[in-house]
Amino acid sequence: MTLVLPAAALVNALPLGAINWHTVFFLLFAVVACGSAIAVVVADSIVRMALYLVFSLGAVAGLFLLAGAEFVGAMQLMIYVGGTLVLLVFGVMLTAQTPFVSIKSSGGDRILAGFVATALLGTLLLAALAVPAWRRPASGVLAAPTATPLGMALVGVRVDDPPVGADATATRSGYLLPFEIVSVHLLAVLVGAAYLARAKRRKTPRAIEEVASRRPPAAVLEHAEAGRHEPNRSGSGSVLTGGSA
Amino acid sequence: MVELLTSTVGLPGWLAWTVAALVSAVLILNVIAGGALVFIWAERKVAARIQDRLGPTRTGGRFGWLQSLADGIKLLAKEDLMPEGADGMLFKLAPYVSFCASFCAFIALPFAFDVVGQRLNVAVFFVVAVLGLEVFGVILAGYASASKWSLFGAMREAAQVVSYEVPLGMCVVVPVMLAGSMDMVTIAEKQAGWAWNWYVFHDPFTFVIFWIYVVCAVASVNRAPFDLAEAESELVAGFHTEYSGLRWSFFFMAEYGSMFLVSAMAAVLFLGGWNGPIPVAALLGFSEATGDTAPSLVQLVGPYLVRLVGLANLLGKATLGVLIMMWIRWSLPRLRIDQVMAVCLKYCTPIAAVMFAGAMLWQVFLPGGLVPGLRRPGGEIREGWLEGPGGRAAAAEPATADGKVVQVTP
Repeated sequence: MTLVLPAAALVNALPLGAINWHTVFFLLFAVVACGSAIAVVVADSIVRMALYLVFSLGAVAGLFLLAGAEFVGAMQLMIYVGGTLVLLVFGVMLTAQTPFVSIKSSGGDRILAGFVATALLGTLLLAALAVPAWRRPASGVLAAPTATPLGMALVGVRVDDPPVGADATATRSGYLLPFEIVSVHLLAVLVGAAYLARAKRRKTPRAIEEVASRRPPAAVLEHAEAGRHEPNRSGSGSVLTGGSA
Repeated sequence: MVELLTSTVGLPGWLAWTVAALVSAVLILNVIAGGALVFIWAERKVAARIQDRLGPTRTGGRFGWLQSLADGIKLLAKEDLMPEGADGMLFKLAPYVSFCASFCAFIALPFAFDVVGQRLNVAVFFVVAVLGLEVFGVILAGYASASKWSLFGAMREAAQVVSYEVPLGMCVVVPVMLAGSMDMVTIAEKQAGWAWNWYVFHDPFTFVIFWIYVVCAVASVNRAPFDLAEAESELVAGFHTEYSGLRWSFFFMAEYGSMFLVSAMAAVLFLGGWNGPIPVAALLGFSEATGDTAPSLVQLVGPYLVRLVGLANLLGKATLGVLIMMWIRWSLPRLRIDQVMAVCLKYCTPIAAVMFAGAMLWQVFLPGGLVPGLRRPGGEIREGWLEGPGGRAAAAEPATADGKVVQVTP
């Protein structure tokens, strides 16, 4: 039994056609991701930057979920968005007192950053456009549902794309070199962070230690001396003089 | 539901998807908002009874049923204040961030067999991931309020939530391991049958880890005795000190939503989900399967009846969990921050790790629960039916090209 409601007929008559929700949501997430990414760069306050970063990474997670890659989407939420939480916490802790509340970069820095960003974007676009044809999964379900080929390719064995023809015996490098480059890059970042965050050697003693190392006034010493000779007093003298008197 | 809309009502495909998605969204929103109304009233009554008082007695009859509604109207009428030094955008945004995280986690939560906003095959992981995002709103609120009480509260909450995610994750992994799936529908379905099929009674280790989960869940939603973030005696009201009116109530909706969520998750992961302690429906011959042939009355009404009973079961268990949280809140004194951290790092995490290893060994050497003979023999068959073409065809495939797959009750 088909019950055609008047409202449904009206809707059918509208020139909306078939809205492809997949495309709509893809565009929505893509716009949020790119817009927030730009906002991260433009924003002044660290906390706002972290928030925009959360939006950007969250939208990317939405894209993954939209593509049916639920595990990657949840991973993106857990690791990247959740990891940004720590960044946010540090941002809050660093900027809660006023000197770092807003970070303004100078005009020269901005121009330089824009140049670098344009160059990187150009490289990325060139690489993306150089792919001859973006393969589309056959029926919405991936043919190879495991991550094994990717993992093997990362360590240098291309099981997904084995060498053919004359050089069939030659092994392909896979993604090992890019993977190592990324690793070394991350290592450099870590070393740099450790360098920046290391405990600086102090040139001058801190005020409280300086005071503590001074010789106490005569009256105090006298008092301590009296305390030491008091017969029913245990312990090693007054708190004020410590063990040095 | 989409098929129903397109075939019987005659809606075009795109509109059917929209309606289906909106129905799920509105239902979930109502669960959170309506739940918050009920739970706030219950919180008042529980607190009053524990403290030997009566609680609300006048608004809306003898038991003060309408107290929450009156509170809501009061909150709507309140002036929406913002402190002068506040970061305006973040201050306004923070409650919604908190609420959205709580809301999003509900999408993957099954309320009864097949009654789930969006069936994900990594639902458990998704829920845990999204639930951890709620703290973003709290930190933003604390930072943007330009008040040291708020900042202290937010920092405490951040430390606490980040720490407690570790043991919570370990607890959640155990049912996943037993079920062999991160899909919450499958996990609950595997516990069908009598109460001893529930994972909490699977073996001694799961029994212990269930209680660890309870502790971590209470801590991760910042309820007393772990409500350091809003300790009235030291921090005025913690991160929401500067909030008033509707924005403040959003924080509370998020809090009650999260409480309900972790309780429902405990029900799904450990307490059999929508399966009652006694499989009444199965004993009476009802089944979830929508009959393809010979629609007798039992087959016609049965699936809906089973889902309704399942819904009542799950909501009942989750509500019980929330009530237990209230009971704990009004019985125990608040912990100090170092005690909170000690409970997490010195007790919960090691115990959870040991229990995790124990449950793993048990699964290797004694698969099939505490008393192997008591397991329902048909468990695997049911599982096969779940993934078969009988009604799960739509959920088995991910988002197709023409729209989001939204799984709601047919």
